[in-house]
Amino acid sequence: MKSVILEKIIIEVINLSKQYGGKDVLKDISLKVYEGDTVVIIGPSGTGKSTLLRCINLLTKPDSGIIKLDDIEITSPETNGDEVRQHIGMVFQDFLLFNHLTALGNVSIGLTKVLGMREDKAKEKAIKELERVGLGENVDQYPGQLSGGQKQRVAIARSLAMDPRVILFDEPTSALDPELIGEVLEVMRMLVKEGMTMLVVTHEMGFAREVADRIVFIENGGVVEEGPPNELFYSPKVERTREFLWKIAELYGQNQERSIDGDDQ
Amino acid sequence: MTEWMQILVNYWPEFVRGAKITIQLTLVGLGFGAILGLLSALGRVYGGKWVRRISVGYIELFRGTPILVQLFIVYFGFPDFGITFSRMMSAFIVLALNSGAYQAEYFRGAIQAIGSGQMMAARSIGMSRIKAIRYIILPQAFRIVIPAWSNEPISLLKASAVVFLIAVPDLMAQAKTIAARTFEPIGSYIAVAIIYLAMVIVLTMILNFLERRYKIPGLETEAQRT
Repeated sequence: MKSVILEKIIIEVINLSKQYGGKDVLKDISLKVYEGDTVVIIGPSGTGKSTLLRCINLLTKPDSGIIKLDDIEITSPETNGDEVRQHIGMVFQDFLLFNHLTALGNVSIGLTKVLGMREDKAKEKAIKELERVGLGENVDQYPGQLSGGQKQRVAIARSLAMDPRVILFDEPTSALDPELIGEVLEVMRMLVKEGMTMLVVTHEMGFAREVADRIVFIENGGVVEEGPPNELFYSPKVERTREFLWKIAELYGQNQERSIDGDDQ
Repeated sequence: MTEWMQILVNYWPEFVRGAKITIQLTLVGLGFGAILGLLSALGRVYGGKWVRRISVGYIELFRGTPILVQLFIVYFGFPDFGITFSRMMSAFIVLALNSGAYQAEYFRGAIQAIGSGQMMAARSIGMSRIKAIRYIILPQAFRIVIPAWSNEPISLLKASAVVFLIAVPDLMAQAKTIAARTFEPIGSYIAVAIIYLAMVIVLTMILNFLERRYKIPGLETEAQRT
């Protein structure tokens, strides 16, 4: 890995807390994502993983704590959230493509309406991004005409088009049929290779083990354990981590094997 | 049986004159109603506390009272406060306000059917709320709303007949005059009913065309799902 001194922190979360209806969703959570790193967040459902991503993207307001993007505090009241979100990509579990726009329109609308890029320039870039995720043939199709895997790849292209500093993935494969998961993971692997900074919430342990620089295990709104995949998978320090990974392996066993098989190709 | 045909032929110019005014009333009511309806639907869904209250108040007030009462208040009541509108102006104002209240509810239904996910996705690429509404929410809402909203032009066209009660010379007023002149009320009213029916059929054809024209593959099912 890269030497620690040269690495630049892209996202830094410091003592973030969030309550919903008196219940702690995030408890004093801290997290760092270095440039070019892929950090995978794992943990049981309803433990605040999605909330954490939404806080980072300023879609949800935390109760306390600080979030920094490129060393600038974005949780301060003077921050323009719209401006910040231009630099943070987000990929959702249920794709959330704009249903009235073609694949091309989905990718280019941010360029024209947010960045003010000229129509033809935006189209050119959007086509390039769609080709990058392997959808050069599907530019004129509407979301309703695409498969789940294709939709999610359009969503990734939509994020990429904005040239974000970091992309947040919120369970990007959880809503997909098993046979469509591979194509999305493949695109994500490509991004890892290209050096994109990514923060990924997923249950795909094979993928996590393969590409993550660091894995963070979150439960009940707090970090239980974090470390490089080998450490977490083979010699977890906390008993609860071992227990969770064992349970996940049992549940998602087949997926895990398939994903690992995928690496060898 | 041929009474109404006779009347239709003999009084064709009068019917045309009346129909022109009816169409005018419908178009103006529909147009301004659409603006009012859209604004109050947006106010009701996205507005702060007070904007929401004002929107709901307006919608309930105009949906909750008979259009005839609204018309009489504006035409006969407002002069007491020193505000006088012509017959035609009173009819325009009341039809627009009344239609706006109904259209608001159609638009609100469509906006809410799109779901909060679309807004979140739009915000996630850096769009402001206004831009998200303008470029993501409304284009979808307009398409989803067409089938339900199609009731409104039809129902407004027919409802506009009440304006003859403040002596606006619309289609209905012409029928009344002709009935009095010919002493053949049944024939006159059947004739006018047929003209209304013909206008509604044409309108329905236009609306069906619009629905097909703006259809997007998978949009409705997708929107209902999210």
